[in-house]
Amino acid sequence: MNEIPPKPAFRYVGTRPVRPDGLAKVTGAARYGSDYHPTGVAWGKVLRSPHAHARIRSIDTSKAEAHPGVFAVVTGADFPEQPFRFDGPERLERNPYYDLRNVMAREKVYYHGHALAAVAARDEATAKEALALIAVDYEVLPHVTGLDEAMAEDAPLVHEDMVTRNVTPKPARPSNIARRWESTVGDVEKGFAEADVIVEETFRNDAVHQGYIEPHACVAEYAQDGTSHLWVSSQGHFQMRDLTALFTGMRPGDIRATPAEIGGGFGGKTKVYLEPVAMLLSKKAGRPVRMVMTREEVFRATGPGSDTRIRVKIGAKKDGTVVAAEAELAYNSGAFPGSPFINGCLCVFAQYRFPNQRTVAFDVVSNRAMTAAYRAPGAPQSNFAAEGVLDILAKRLEIDPFELRIRNAIRAGDAQVGDRKMTHDGFGAMLERMKAHPAYARPLGLNQGRGVSCGYWHNAGGDSSATIFVNTDGTISVATGSPDIGGSRASMALMAAETFGIPYERVHSEIHDTASVGYTFVTGGSRVTFATGKAVVTACQAVIGQLKARAAKIWGVEVEAVDWADGAARPSSTNVGRFEALTLEDLANKASATGGHFGASHSENMTGHAPGVSAMFCDVEVDPETGAVKVLNVVAAQDAGQAIHPSYVEGQIQGAVAQGVGWALNEGYVYGADGVLQNAGWLDYRMPVASDLPMIEPVVVEQPNPGHPYGVKGVAEAGMVAALACVANAVADAAGRRMTHLPINPPRLLKALEDREAEL
Amino acid sequence: MAKIHVTTTLNGVETEFLARPEQTLLAVLRDELHLTGTKEGCGSGDCGACSVEVDGRVTCSCLMLAAEAEGRSITTIEGVAQGGELHPVQRHFLEEAALQCGFCTPGFIVAAKNLLERNSNPTEEQIRFWLAGNLCRCTGYDKIVRAVQAAAAEMRGES
Repeated sequence: MNEIPPKPAFRYVGTRPVRPDGLAKVTGAARYGSDYHPTGVAWGKVLRSPHAHARIRSIDTSKAEAHPGVFAVVTGADFPEQPFRFDGPERLERNPYYDLRNVMAREKVYYHGHALAAVAARDEATAKEALALIAVDYEVLPHVTGLDEAMAEDAPLVHEDMVTRNVTPKPARPSNIARRWESTVGDVEKGFAEADVIVEETFRNDAVHQGYIEPHACVAEYAQDGTSHLWVSSQGHFQMRDLTALFTGMRPGDIRATPAEIGGGFGGKTKVYLEPVAMLLSKKAGRPVRMVMTREEVFRATGPGSDTRIRVKIGAKKDGTVVAAEAELAYNSGAFPGSPFINGCLCVFAQYRFPNQRTVAFDVVSNRAMTAAYRAPGAPQSNFAAEGVLDILAKRLEIDPFELRIRNAIRAGDAQVGDRKMTHDGFGAMLERMKAHPAYARPLGLNQGRGVSCGYWHNAGGDSSATIFVNTDGTISVATGSPDIGGSRASMALMAAETFGIPYERVHSEIHDTASVGYTFVTGGSRVTFATGKAVVTACQAVIGQLKARAAKIWGVEVEAVDWADGAARPSSTNVGRFEALTLEDLANKASATGGHFGASHSENMTGHAPGVSAMFCDVEVDPETGAVKVLNVVAAQDAGQAIHPSYVEGQIQGAVAQGVGWALNEGYVYGADGVLQNAGWLDYRMPVASDLPMIEPVVVEQPNPGHPYGVKGVAEAGMVAALACVANAVADAAGRRMTHLPINPPRLLKALEDREAEL
Repeated sequence: MAKIHVTTTLNGVETEFLARPEQTLLAVLRDELHLTGTKEGCGSGDCGACSVEVDGRVTCSCLMLAAEAEGRSITTIEGVAQGGELHPVQRHFLEEAALQCGFCTPGFIVAAKNLLERNSNPTEEQIRFWLAGNLCRCTGYDKIVRAVQAAAAEMRGES
């Protein structure tokens, strides 16, 4: 079982060339969201709610409109109403009625920082002056920001008429619990009855921000003849175009969205905030409008990852075989429903072959900014709880933590909650490899501890497109619609080079606008190298078909008698005839004279993706004087299927671990009793800096995915899933104290250490 | 209030501009001089994306008024490569894949170049503390530290 199949040999795939967009990014030439300055551009600014929850009685914009240098003012009334309707698969469902209100408030403001009006003016200073002239009459309402408080019987209602969905019989009273979801495998009661040992614990985490360094930014230029333009820094310019069209009452095809370089997203830039506002302001102002959030706006109004409360109970036999597992999960969704609470269920036990499982989860609204996707949305939280309980179990049973996980490692065909079955093998083999890692045997010093954890993320396929054409010099142009956040242009170029059999340097890989390449879903779900890569390879193969046909025509033979290898058409055997190979360059040179040029596009809703699995261990040292935790060493493994550009695969693992360390040790939203976020800046919301972290050793496991021409599995997310629990488990090992509430910041740990001393 | 006339040396070239009294150096660089390689991540001196050298010292240009540039010498990311030749730090950022989204990269390169001019053989810890004023959310810093180490080795003539 769990044998790693032999790895195919490639010429270009698996090498580490300089990325196509590298030079522009080290010289400052690359243009991001706020680097675009069209002639006559106006500054747009948003007026945001000073209250956590209030009814808007009236908004008077007349003074702002009359202010010199102001070109336009918009409020919720300028945006067409949307139907109340849940769209999409249940795990990802959206409601345009809610999403519109998140872009621009209508009847109520639901959180401090909620957008309720916007202006466009000749410069930023004038725009700010105009915002101060907008008079809003609020009826302040009671608010609730905490998860437990929002779930309480007598909680202030965020949405007065909201009744929990997916509960039978339908609840008689409204509440802040938006939806319930449950899924079971086997018979949990029977399973627990067979257990020799049962561990149960409740875990919490504070809300965290994705923390991309580039604030949200865009430029919109409205044109009434169907040639409007959106310049946007996002994880998906097709999605931004479609949502901008939806919320402004335009047609998607009337907007061309050009992707700017994107300064980090991690899920948070899949959501629309400024773009429809900028477009309506531009329409009213009659000129392009540029909008850029401040860092404070980013914190107050854009997507946190949910704070959660998760109870996990696991029962096992003495030998460590788990017989039953149960999880009850509550996710804070912020102002509108749609937290990744179902992902929490789908990932909580997914990397294990537990025969009996039950997950029950709740999506809870509160007066906070609406959650957005954050790197494996929903999974790190539930993983933190489950892997924490497994850690306790391993200690109680005196089994090595990797050994416990190996005994329960999932295999292809095993059942998972959500009526799924694991599709791929190899997780156990990865764990064996980690257990044998030399650093895992390294002795620990005083106040040091080691933690182990594993992660799972389902990854994604979905809509991707690519257009390939052969240039007159025999080079290849690759156009895709997937914004490149971590080196994906290089991956596309490598896959194209491999398919054509030409050097990487002869491939130009670019991201094109919505009018120049086929529809492509967001850069998210670890899907780009898999799905867009698959589109690139398919389109390359179509072009190779054209090239072979042309060679056949030139040689006067059947197309079946022509092979393509090492960048040239060749006769498939000496029987075909003695012909000199026709290289890509030769065929490009002759293209016009022999029938025309070469190019192909491919668009497909990609399937065949493989889940991402990760395994990790880390060493930490706890300072008993201060409660500070220093991470000493991290080894993190992930199954990439096939690393197309290994440096960027390693980079995904390292970056994911760093974010997870921040979440585990320092990051967390702090709300005041007034419902205002108290740490809306990087001085007080402390993300890891270089001196906080050690080198992070990536272990890139390659067990190819048969669903991709080069074996790719997505790698961007599963690494972070395991990181929270890994650090927390290491702290428990070092401190002899299990911290069940993230972040484990110095005050919390110090208090726990002092409590322990008091107990002794 | 009237704009202030400022004369400064910008990337080695004498440059004049007009700045409002409250305008930051970052705002002038980006919005008036269109040198958009210098980035704004926070506007409060916490992220270092706007790092430039002012008279040889790494400075958050979001925390400095443009008028204060009078008579000083400013180097931005656009001035790091000389005569079409990348600085070793820039080249090693590319070769070591020390960037993902690239937004923090200009600030890191300016800060790292400045470090290596002061200390040609920094330890890993010195590199990490010198760069602690620059936030990167993508890389986990591993490859950035290695790129700076590789650039330092090359500048010492060791590679």
